[in-house]
Amino acid sequence: MTTAPTVHPPAAPDPGEESAAGTLARWHRTGGLVAPVITALLAFLVGGLVVLATGSNPIDVYKGIWNGAGLEWFYDVGSNQVGLPFSDATVWFPWDTSSASAENLQQTLILWTTLVLTGLAVAFAFRCGLFNIGGQGQYFVGAYFAIWVGSSFAGMNSALHITLAVVVAALAGAAWAGIAGILKATTGAHEVISTIMLNWIAYYTGLYLFGQGGPLQNDLQPFSPTSNEVVDGARLPVFWGDPLLQGLHMGMFLAFAALVAFWIIINRTTLGYEVRAVGFSPDAARYGGISVARNYFLAMAISGVFAGMAGAVDMLGWRFSIGFSDIQSSSIGFVGIAVALLGRNTALGVGLAALVFAALGNGTAARNIPPEVFDIPEQAGNLSLTIQALVLLFIGADIVILYLWAKTGQKIGVGRRSPL
Amino acid sequence: MSVGAATVEREGISTDTVARVLAWGGGGLGVLAFWLALPPVTARNVVVPLMVGGLGVIAGAAALRLGVGRRVGMLAISVAVLGALLGWLATRSNIESLEQVFVWSVLLAATLRAATPLACAALGGIFSERSGVVNIGLEGMLLMGAFFGFLGADKLGSWWWGLICGVLAGACLAAVHAFVSIHLRADQIVSGTAVNFLALGITGYFFIEVYTDQGTSDVDFTPTFTIPWLHKVDFFGAAIGDMNVLIWITLALVVISHIAIFHTSIGLRLRSVGEHPKAADTLGISVYGVRYAAVILSGALAGLGGVYLTNGITHSFSENLSAGRGFIALAAVIFGRWRPYGAFAACLIFGFTEALALRLPGAYGEDAAWTTLFRALPYVVTLVVVAGVVGRSIPPAADGKPYVKQ
Repeated sequence: MTTAPTVHPPAAPDPGEESAAGTLARWHRTGGLVAPVITALLAFLVGGLVVLATGSNPIDVYKGIWNGAGLEWFYDVGSNQVGLPFSDATVWFPWDTSSASAENLQQTLILWTTLVLTGLAVAFAFRCGLFNIGGQGQYFVGAYFAIWVGSSFAGMNSALHITLAVVVAALAGAAWAGIAGILKATTGAHEVISTIMLNWIAYYTGLYLFGQGGPLQNDLQPFSPTSNEVVDGARLPVFWGDPLLQGLHMGMFLAFAALVAFWIIINRTTLGYEVRAVGFSPDAARYGGISVARNYFLAMAISGVFAGMAGAVDMLGWRFSIGFSDIQSSSIGFVGIAVALLGRNTALGVGLAALVFAALGNGTAARNIPPEVFDIPEQAGNLSLTIQALVLLFIGADIVILYLWAKTGQKIGVGRRSPL
Repeated sequence: MSVGAATVEREGISTDTVARVLAWGGGGLGVLAFWLALPPVTARNVVVPLMVGGLGVIAGAAALRLGVGRRVGMLAISVAVLGALLGWLATRSNIESLEQVFVWSVLLAATLRAATPLACAALGGIFSERSGVVNIGLEGMLLMGAFFGFLGADKLGSWWWGLICGVLAGACLAAVHAFVSIHLRADQIVSGTAVNFLALGITGYFFIEVYTDQGTSDVDFTPTFTIPWLHKVDFFGAAIGDMNVLIWITLALVVISHIAIFHTSIGLRLRSVGEHPKAADTLGISVYGVRYAAVILSGALAGLGGVYLTNGITHSFSENLSAGRGFIALAAVIFGRWRPYGAFAACLIFGFTEALALRLPGAYGEDAAWTTLFRALPYVVTLVVVAGVVGRSIPPAADGKPYVKQ
């Protein structure tokens, strides 16, 4: 890869004689879907083998996950009515928007919203050559501030209140991630270690703030270690489903907006150009007059904005309060890593990968798995963790795919694009 | 100052030495400032820590002037300032609390306990990184060792079966990391993260499968090793009189690792592969072979740390028990400049903060909510160390770079 053992001068590629690996590499460069799709399929296949090894039927399990995620909704077409938003009128619609599978799908999309944001948090830093595994901590900090703002100021104008909570959460996330960015830029401290440490600091800070006797513990039940509830005015409006039964909230549009913003920043702004340049080669970028330190900081801070917003939409959209056990069991920031890597750190990719993991996560939630598939429903959650790990492993080693591909034909003639 | 330095130089001691001694002295004074305010001395006057700490700052500044290097000088000054600050805090708090927290023998024992899993993982990290493979997966290997050590001891009925199972489990996970990052030349950080996820999934799965969320305490845990004649000695009896067998093993491993890496031909091969794999390859050393061995060894060592974590400390397993210790160990590796003794010293510092974090809440009443914040102390210290001290310490030249066979 470093030195090609060939005497031929690098000639223009002959379109008629391109190797299979070359084709695949071009797919890569154009952001192709082939490799990620193969990776995901492979991961699910191996995950199925794991299920088989534990004595369950993998086809039943995956079918259970599919239905639990509400994906059957899409091919359950009939003649139905749907209410137009903000009015009482209804129009004809091919899908039934109030079926059980529709409710499952709403849950999947709620999770999608969060995963897009935590995924973008990892992806943005990746484009600058930084591995932000602190999405979890940034999510926590964003969530704490969203809860704090959302549960105070009762009676404020609703739109203003929501905006304030989201902005404060985003800034808090940015500041938290920015610490790691500044350390990387000034002292060279490795961002992997510093962000992990920041995760744990955020974790224990949360246990203190909302725990027994903590300053932000709720005012009503002194023995319940949770926060105050977000006031009605600060809750994100639900646009699909029953607001009392965790319907799909407007935060989903924030996720869409974030995807678009990510694409624009990365591909159409000077900042994005500089971030990518530093990501490809910090030395070359420095030689080209780009401040590497500044971009390290900005990339981390912007990552933190995404993760902080993820915390905000979760708190204002459907959780409405955060407690001891919520903090202890949260791992949404880490799933963002798998989302970003499967999505190849592009906006479109993150959007699609988030859908895969949201479906997997919601489909393996204990309440959605039929009892006859797994004797212990919690096991499904660990299956989803294992599949995430396999996806990471196969993406890290996507040379597997190139290798197998090349085995059938010519030798590999192209370099692999590192996900970093 | 410069006159003094010149005089010393005439007598054959270089300015460098003087500066270094001053820097170390400054740091030492900082530690002393804190120590004087603690039991058994328990100076109650604020002037004492401030004076001693101030002297430390002056010594550090002098060392800076003599050109000891900005990093070392600043380190000395910050340690002195920190010592003075902590000493001042100690003079403000009441004596009973201090005496309850700072029982030195108990604190030392707790430090060694907390440092052992870190040290095992850090030794693993050193072997792996010395061979040129970054091992972010230490965390997962620690977790594998913790769970399978517990499972082995429980199901096979004896602590050494647990030890074998845990070490093997760590090594197996490391083999995955090795294959992906050596043969398939994956990005080592991504692969390490994947391995961490894998460990979470596997241990979580089997934990629920076997124990349905409840651990058992009826297990043959790793025994302690009581030294009969030392047991009754005042200070050392409580500190190291009856330590767990695995702590002694770890202490031995630190020494053995140092000798193996720096004083044997195997160690020379290891280092050459990590510094300049191409040259090593030319000389007939199997780069892949050495790297595989090193990474798998690192997994085995981290697994050993994990076994101690469950069978030596917690005596139970819960999901994600390792709680970032693998990453703290990684910080210790960097802080110790990829050397066993240095890394072990770093582990002792981190272990001390962990021990302190566990003891401090006791002094202030378990129900004081803010004592939860003490639990974050080890992570804060690690962050500060990674940021301030580690900075530009230089890793092995080929660390993190996949090697393509020629």
